[in-house]
Amino acid sequence: MSSLRLHVNGEEVEAEAWEGESLLYFLREGLGRFGSKNACEQGECGSCSVLLDGRLVCACLVLAAAAAGSEIVTIEGLAGDPITAAVQRAMVEAGGVQCGFCTPGFVVSLADLLRRNRNPDEYELREALSGNLCRCTGYLRIFEAARRAAAELRA
Amino acid sequence: MKVTVARSLEEALADPEAIFLAGGTDLMVGVNFGRERPEHVVSIRGLSELGDTSVGERVRIGGGVDYTRVLDALGEHSPALVQAARTIGSPQIRNAGTIGGNLGTCSPAGDTLPVLAALDAEVILRSPAGERRVPFSEFMLGPRKSARRPGELVEAVEWLDAGPSQAFLKAGTRNAMVIAVANLALVVDRARKAVRVALGSVGPTIIRALEAEDLARGLFEESGWERPLRPSQAAAARFGELAAGAARPIDDQRGSAIYRRHVVAVMARRALARTGEVA
Ligand SMILES: Cc1cc2nc3c(=O)[nH]c(=O)nc-3n(C[C@H](O)[C@H](O)[C@H](O)COP(=O)(O)OP(=O)(O)OC[C@H]3O[C@@H](n4cnc5c(N)ncnc54)[C@H](O)[C@@H]3O)c2cc1C
Ligand code: FES
Ligand code: FES
Repeated sequence: MSSLRLHVNGEEVEAEAWEGESLLYFLREGLGRFGSKNACEQGECGSCSVLLDGRLVCACLVLAAAAAGSEIVTIEGLAGDPITAAVQRAMVEAGGVQCGFCTPGFVVSLADLLRRNRNPDEYELREALSGNLCRCTGYLRIFEAARRAAAELRA
Repeated sequence: MKVTVARSLEEALADPEAIFLAGGTDLMVGVNFGRERPEHVVSIRGLSELGDTSVGERVRIGGGVDYTRVLDALGEHSPALVQAARTIGSPQIRNAGTIGGNLGTCSPAGDTLPVLAALDAEVILRSPAGERRVPFSEFMLGPRKSARRPGELVEAVEWLDAGPSQAFLKAGTRNAMVIAVANLALVVDRARKAVRVALGSVGPTIIRALEAEDLARGLFEESGWERPLRPSQAAAARFGELAAGAARPIDDQRGSAIYRRHVVAVMARRALARTGEVA
């Protein structure tokens, strides 16, 4: 174990970490930020999605110690971002949330898509969300939320 | 476990015993599940020396280039590699995973590997001793075994532009997030009158289907290399059979050997139809 300093959501943070720890573990267990969820630890479910230097990745596959010097943004850090807010509203209105476990990951992924593309077609939408799993909703309402958020952002 | 974040090629190559970490999409799964405990990890993510993307008569993609950037850099160029990169994992995985990592892991199911075989690509390896170029055909030696020596970096891959008549096909249970049950790359280099077919996930290494290549070369010879090829049903079926015959598949949790052989034949026929149309 040693002390690890990272840049998370615009601030310098520090906590004890094992050298082989994933960024996801560090965020949750080291920093107590539980927004990024841990389900598979193998990149399959997307519930740990974060932005690393502006790019959508799975925090479980990032070695925390190797993220030193990088800018990390988690779901918590997206609070106040207007695109994220539109996605969150749409998720609630369309019924895209059931147990809610997958929701932070979907919101981060959708906000990432809509930042780059305000008018995704059906295929682009499916491709953008292909790395996020949901065991409850059957996805249709999440896709509906995505369409609503995109429409709101275009308006 | 010691972790170094390399800021230059020199730093990256300083410890010949170190294990490289690029996107982490293979290595971190092993670390998370306690299967891998490297003593010294050297992060090479973002090293500019591994970030080349030059597209022209000779194409060069740096070992550290992730799939999203491969897609951006290639555009319509080398379409088989574009199609392969497009099928890898998910956006999250494509933003992290690199070509160097696919070659470093050297899984028989690695999606870029049959493409590199069919492009007749060279793997450029870098160590403190200098640069070494290994044709892909001599690079992969077995499942997770390659000619790469400990401490050697995959600096880049290079190939000669083979034109637009190329296809990559992959069989799996979904369009995304799938380890190939079988995959196939076909490159028809019309200018050089060459055909190369490579199969993945149906043997211990990537397999070139040489008899299928001969047959296709004959077909293009007959119909004219510069013209679209519309093979007869019988010729297409024979091409599929020869490709399937070259496969050496096993039964595993992802698919049976019989299914794999079948799907190779189907993919080969489709690849021939698609590349034939593009002249
Ligand atoms: C959810 C998920 C889905 C996936 N889907 C696919 C898929 O569809 N198709 C597919 O082919 N793969 C897939 N993979 C596997 C993986 O993403 C790829 O093999 C990827 O190319 C690995 O690259 P990386 O940069 O993440 O490698 P890392 O995990 O960083 O490294 C992998 C290995 O290569 C070595 N290495 C890395 N870079 C270099 C270099 N430049 N020189 C020498 N050695 C190096 C490392 O030491 C390590 O041994 C998937 C993985 C996950 C987790
Ligand atoms: S916990 Fe990271 S993808 Fe599932
Ligand atoms: S709402 Fe329960 S997993 Fe998606």
